[in-house]
Amino acid sequence: MFSLGDLYQEVIIDHTKAPRNFGKLEPCNHDAEGYNPLCGDQLHIYVQVTDANIIEDIKFEGQGCSISTASASLMTQALKGKTLSEFKDLFDAFHAMATADMDDKPDEEVLGKLAVLAGVKEFPSRIKCATLCWHTLKSAINDAAEPARTE
Amino acid sequence: MNIQAIRNDFPVLHQELYGKPLVYLDNAATTQKPQCVIDTIRHYYEKDNSNIHRGVHTLSERATAAYEASRETIRGFFNAKSTKEVIFTRGTTESINLIASSWGGQHIGKGDEILITHMEHHSNIVPWQMLCERTGAVLKVIPMNEAGELDMDAFTSLLSERTKLLGVVQMSNALGTINPIETMVQEAHAVGALVLVDGAQAAAHMPVDVQALDIDFYVTSAHKMYGPTGVGVLIGKQALLEVMPPYQGGGDMILTVTFEKTQYNDLPHKFEAGTPNIAGVIGFGKAIQYIQSIGLDHIVAREKVLLDYATAKAQAFDGLKQIGTAKEKSCVLSFVMDGVHPHDLGTILDREAVAIRAGHHCAMPVMQFYKVPATARASFSIYNTEAEVDALFTALTKARDMFA
Ligand SMILES: Cc1ncc(COP(=O)(O)O)c(C=O)c1O
Repeated sequence: MFSLGDLYQEVIIDHTKAPRNFGKLEPCNHDAEGYNPLCGDQLHIYVQVTDANIIEDIKFEGQGCSISTASASLMTQALKGKTLSEFKDLFDAFHAMATADMDDKPDEEVLGKLAVLAGVKEFPSRIKCATLCWHTLKSAINDAAEPARTE
Repeated sequence: MNIQAIRNDFPVLHQELYGKPLVYLDNAATTQKPQCVIDTIRHYYEKDNSNIHRGVHTLSERATAAYEASRETIRGFFNAKSTKEVIFTRGTTESINLIASSWGGQHIGKGDEILITHMEHHSNIVPWQMLCERTGAVLKVIPMNEAGELDMDAFTSLLSERTKLLGVVQMSNALGTINPIETMVQEAHAVGALVLVDGAQAAAHMPVDVQALDIDFYVTSAHKMYGPTGVGVLIGKQALLEVMPPYQGGGDMILTVTFEKTQYNDLPHKFEAGTPNIAGVIGFGKAIQYIQSIGLDHIVAREKVLLDYATAKAQAFDGLKQIGTAKEKSCVLSFVMDGVHPHDLGTILDREAVAIRAGHHCAMPVMQFYKVPATARASFSIYNTEAEVDALFTALTKARDMFA
C-alpha cells in the first residue's frame, strides 16, 4: 500500500511552498487556462515557443492544491529548453505514469524528477490534479479556444 | 439519547480504513443508512416487488399500499395538509426543476423577478437561470454578510410586486447557516410572491411544519435523511399544484388517453409520470420513521452540543479559518487552513480514515464571496461522537505538520 508520504514527498511539499516559474510570462506566444471543476484548481500557463519549436520559456499562475501546484512547477522546470516533440513524449510518459498499474515502475530515465508524482496513481481522485497542467499546456500549444480540462 | 445504540443501527460505520476506525463526517453530502431502511428495501425486493397502481394481484396491492403509506408518513412528518400535496421525485434537484418548469413556465414572464439568496446550492440557482433565459425574467440575489447570514434589510428592499417567487435554502450546506424562513415567507407573501424552501440540508436536523410556516413549495432529498438515493419529495400547496401543468407525460399521470386528448390524473399522480422509485419511496418512509423514533427535538439538542464542541476546537486551532459563523447554524464546520489546500486536507484526512468533503459544495457563489477556491467541510449527524471530532482535529494537526 502506498502511504501518504509517497504522495506528499519532500520535493512536492517544497514545490508547493515555493513554486518555480510562477507568474505571468511577457511576452509569450501561447497561453491557456486550465480548470478542474472538482476541486476548483485553476491554472494559467504561458509559453514562448521559438520558430524552431523550442520551448524558450514557460511560466504558470493560479491557485490549486499541492499536487496541481507542484506538478505545474515541476513541469515548467522539466520543459524549459525542450522541443515540442520532446514535450509530446513527456506528456505521454507522464500520463502513462499517472494512470499506470500499481506495480509498474515509472520510467525515471524519461521522466527524471517528474517521477516523484508517481504516487498519485494510488489516489484516484487526485490524478487529475497532477495532469491538469499538462492538459493546459497542450491546449496552450494547440491554441485551443476552450479552457483545458482533465479528461 | 444513546449515541452508541444509534451507531449500532448503522452497519457502514463499523469498519476500518487503513487500519483505523472510519470517522464519517460527510453527512451534508449524504447520510448513512440505518439497518431498518436497508431491511425495508430488501424486504420489498424479496417479498413485494411489483409495479404499483396498476395490478390487481396481491404483490402489486402490497407494493402500492407500502408506497402510499410512505406518502402518508412523509405528509405527517412535514405536516402537509393532504397526501395530494406530497409528490415523489428523484430528489431536491428534480423537485426544483419541476417547479421551475411547470409553475415557472405558466406564471413567469418578461420583467418578472425571481429572488434567491447568495448561499443557494446550484440546484436552486441554475433552474431559475434557465427559466429567466427562456422567459426574460430577472434573477435577483439576496446578499449575505461575512458570517454567512442573509442581509435582511437588503432582502426587504429587493422585494417588490415584480417578485414572483422567493427561493431560499433553509440550511446552507456550504456554511451551515439556518435562514429565518418564517419571517421571509411572511415578507414575501406580503408582496404576493410564492416561496420555495430548499430543505435538502435541513429536513433531517430540525422540525418543519409547512402549514405553520405557510410554505408554498418545500423540497428535500431522502438520502440526506438516512434514506436511499434517487428519491425525494416536493410538498406543494394543493391549490397551486392543482392548476400547474404536468412536468412529464407518461404512464400513471393520466386518467384516459386517446390520440386526440389526454385527461390528466388527479394529484399527486399528475406529477408522478412513469414507474417511480418504488423501493426508494418505501425506504424513504422508513427513514422518516427512524428519525421520528429518535425524535427531532433530541436530534436538535444533540447536534448543537456536537457542533459547539467542534466549533470550540476549530477556534483554538492555529491557522484554521472557519467559513460560515452564523449565529443560527447547525451541523456544518466549513473551513480553510493556512498553507494547506482543502483538497490536500481531504486526501490526508482520508488516510486517517476521516471522511470530509473538500470542494465548492455545489455553491460556487459562496466560494466567490469568501474568495476561496474551495473549503474543507466536516458535517455532523446523529451518530457522530466527540471522539470523532477529536480524530478530525488530530488528523488536521497531522496535515498542518506535513506542510509546516
Ligand atoms: C442545500 C442543498 N440543496 C440541494 C441539494 C441537491 O440535492 P440532490 O442532489 O439530492 O438533488 C443539496 C445536496 O447537496 C443541498 O445540500
